[in-house]
Amino acid sequence: MKKLGLCLAAGVATIAATALGAMSITGAGATFPYPIYSKWFAEYHKLHPDVEINYQPIGSGGGIKNVTDGTVEFGASDGPMSEQQLKEYKEKHGFEILHFPTVLGAVVPTYNLPGVNAELNFTPEALAGIYLGKITQWNDAAIAKANPGVKLPAADIVVVHRSDGSGTTYCWTDYLSKVSPEWKQKVGTNTSVNWPAGLGGAKNDGVAGLIKQTPNSIGYVELIYAIQNKLPYGKVKNEAGNFVKADLASVTAAAAGAAAHMPADFRVSITNAPGKNAYPISTFTWLLVPSQIKDPAKLKTVKDFLVWMLGPGQKMAENLDYAELPAPVVAQEKKALAKIQ
Amino acid sequence: MKAWSRKNIVNYTMFGITGACAIFSVGVLIFILGYLVYKGGSSLSLSFFTQLPAPIGETGGGMANAIVGSAKVLLLASAIGIPIGFVGGIYLSEYSQKSVAFLIRYTTDLLNGVPSIVIGIVVYGLVVHPMGHYSTFAGGVALGIMMIPISVRSTEEFLLAVPMSLREAGLALGAPKWKVIATVVIPAALRGIISGTMLDIARVAGETAPLLFTALGNQFWSSGWNEPTATLPVMIYNYAIGPYEDWHRQAWAAGFVLLTLVLLINVTARLALSKGTYVPRG
Amino acid sequence: MSSVPLAGKGALPSGRARAFYRRLRAGEELAYTIAATAAASILVITALIVIELYSQSALSRSKFGWSFLGTSVWDPVAGTFGALPFIYGTVITSIFALLIAIPLGLGSAIFLSEMAPARISNALTFLIELLAAVPSVVYGLLGIFVLVPFLRETLVPGLIKPALGSLPVFHGPFYGVSVFTAGLVLSIMIVPFIISVSREVLLAVARDQREASLALGASKWQTVWRVVLPNAFTGIVGSIFLALARALGETMAVTMVIGNTPQIKASLLAPGYTIAAVIANEFGEASGDLYRSALIQLGLVLFGVTFVINGMARILILTTRKGAHA
Repeated sequence: MKKLGLCLAAGVATIAATALGAMSITGAGATFPYPIYSKWFAEYHKLHPDVEINYQPIGSGGGIKNVTDGTVEFGASDGPMSEQQLKEYKEKHGFEILHFPTVLGAVVPTYNLPGVNAELNFTPEALAGIYLGKITQWNDAAIAKANPGVKLPAADIVVVHRSDGSGTTYCWTDYLSKVSPEWKQKVGTNTSVNWPAGLGGAKNDGVAGLIKQTPNSIGYVELIYAIQNKLPYGKVKNEAGNFVKADLASVTAAAAGAAAHMPADFRVSITNAPGKNAYPISTFTWLLVPSQIKDPAKLKTVKDFLVWMLGPGQKMAENLDYAELPAPVVAQEKKALAKIQ
Repeated sequence: MKAWSRKNIVNYTMFGITGACAIFSVGVLIFILGYLVYKGGSSLSLSFFTQLPAPIGETGGGMANAIVGSAKVLLLASAIGIPIGFVGGIYLSEYSQKSVAFLIRYTTDLLNGVPSIVIGIVVYGLVVHPMGHYSTFAGGVALGIMMIPISVRSTEEFLLAVPMSLREAGLALGAPKWKVIATVVIPAALRGIISGTMLDIARVAGETAPLLFTALGNQFWSSGWNEPTATLPVMIYNYAIGPYEDWHRQAWAAGFVLLTLVLLINVTARLALSKGTYVPRG
Repeated sequence: MSSVPLAGKGALPSGRARAFYRRLRAGEELAYTIAATAAASILVITALIVIELYSQSALSRSKFGWSFLGTSVWDPVAGTFGALPFIYGTVITSIFALLIAIPLGLGSAIFLSEMAPARISNALTFLIELLAAVPSVVYGLLGIFVLVPFLRETLVPGLIKPALGSLPVFHGPFYGVSVFTAGLVLSIMIVPFIISVSREVLLAVARDQREASLALGASKWQTVWRVVLPNAFTGIVGSIFLALARALGETMAVTMVIGNTPQIKASLLAPGYTIAAVIANEFGEASGDLYRSALIQLGLVLFGVTFVINGMARILILTTRKGAHA
């Protein structure tokens, strides 16, 4: 008995002592930028081995909720917080929460159509119709018209959406609300909506996984998830009438207009942006940082990380198919860093 | 006795059907084990046990932090659940009166029936939210609460099985009651209690839902008890629903490790019990 | 206080105080206090859980009241929350799981208790009880990667659709993830509970009942069917309730294969959602007090239902088991 007790105590001591001394900052939120964030935090850790920034991708809704609850130290979301949510945060904490854009990304319609290798073109009407549950067959005229020469199967469309609270959903529904009055009235824009049709997958990778495994499915994911999983994704018709494929150039084009007129709190929507090469389902993604951080060491680290992110961090974005922030935005953000105290 | 009478035909047929049911049930277990060995065993490598998870999309990496994280959470859960359950079981079998005993047993059953996800959200409200962060501690509390009812029931059952004569002998020698319990009754029931405890640990080792909102997750090592931590079951869940082949491979390996551990504990505990001893139902 | 009759000692009229002091010195009172504290803490913890569930769901309860259970809309944007699709999903998957697990489990239990020789029976029972130890997330793993593709590519198009496709319960497209798949996984998860409890209950039926029947010339099966089963009936029903309670609360394996879609469809092949699954998916991010409160209210509903079912199971099993085990 005594020996057991000693072993137990020794075990507890060694286990509890792992990695003592490292500063750990916990954040949670969007899965949309998770690939670049996990790369950034891993690289930052290599540069500063005593800093561990633990980021958990639980969905934008989770990021907003947890940072408001105070259970994580920063959040991340690709759907900007609403006025109501900002007010709630201020009421709970007494100070404001700040949005800091990190990268630009695209939400793409990705699909799994056995036998169809071509890149499909999607009109806004087609996407809205599919997600409203009104267009139910792949060979429906609304889709076929935009894809002459492609043999679409007479199969049921399996619609996939997010089952968790998602900024990717926010961007997608924001776009659909802009292009379809019926969608706007029936469903609306939010991180979590009452979907008229479809299966739910958890997080971006859950949706990608579901599409991969389900023939005749369509879903929406952040660009990098489609690329990394070798899923085909379609072109979307933009406001200027062109079918544009999501890539760095088209996403950057979408942000061009916003960059010049960026509001002070950085909350802006760039879906269905004007511009002949603009990709219509693009979005900024934000880190949600409290404007007051009590611990001076953590305050310094957070600011330091944000500066690094706006500098060397931006260079890593391209490799993972996210677009860098436009220069005016970077400059404006660097100034805004002073707001964190 | 005519061999082909209707009675005998029915008898042999039902023997066959019921036997088939039993064989099928066992077959499922063997299939599960076999498949996990096949898929998981081939994905196991030294790096699985020693490395941290790699950034998303990059292959390689392992679940070293999840294994340690699970161990820490289980350790804490045992430290909470076992003492309360064990001593509570002693109270039920040695000290309590009928009406109080009924209340406590009823409450223990109630606690046992709470779905694990509900325990998770309650501990979020009671521990994580007031503390202001996710932590190994919260995860340990959640699993510890789940351990209590089984520990109580198993302790009580095995203590009750000790014959009254042993107790009376001790008391007749003038020993105080607690001494009789500690030196006579408990040692007599010890093997059963330890087996019950092992089964208890094995049961919560595989729980995922309560950890989702308490321990959260961590790509790095989690130090101390106050930080979020990766745990094996949660990693399996996250990796399994993701789209990366490498993640799936690791999920199989982790599933294999988890299942092996759980089954090993179960087999050891059950074998340790002598034949005919009652194993409380989970 | 202490229930042990200290053989007349301490019964001295003026000696109650003296007796107390003696017990205190002997360490009795301390031991009792520790034991009672542990038992009390169980009460406290359980009370905390119930209070937390009740109080945190207050917002949603006051807004929706009992109609929460009957509303089938779950709309976080509009702030309308109804539990019906989840209650439906939870009940349907569990009942379907029982429909498979009961015959399978009872058949196995009968074989193990009545038909098989003791050594084989013990060995097989040992293995089957190990099935109950397999973690839920491992079942989910096998569900996603083995069962779903098998159903989607082989079983449903090859067997179910041709044979039963005209029935409303097997109507409509099948994506692999569905209520049907979840029910199948659940059935395997609950079968060990039915088997082990039923087996014990069957074994507990008095030997002389069996022997009387056999002496009258009945076959083993006839004995089982006409004598043993009726005697063990209550206990077997108890085991079914136990299995049901387990199925209702199951989270991980279900959410991985059910499709996570809050809808009420007649077809088993359609995707669905259960209470446990929606809490697991949405609690982490339910921002807004009403949303979170509604999810906790769902948790309260689930807790209430499993409590009732578990209670019934305990009563049924205990009345059959009394005095029956060594």
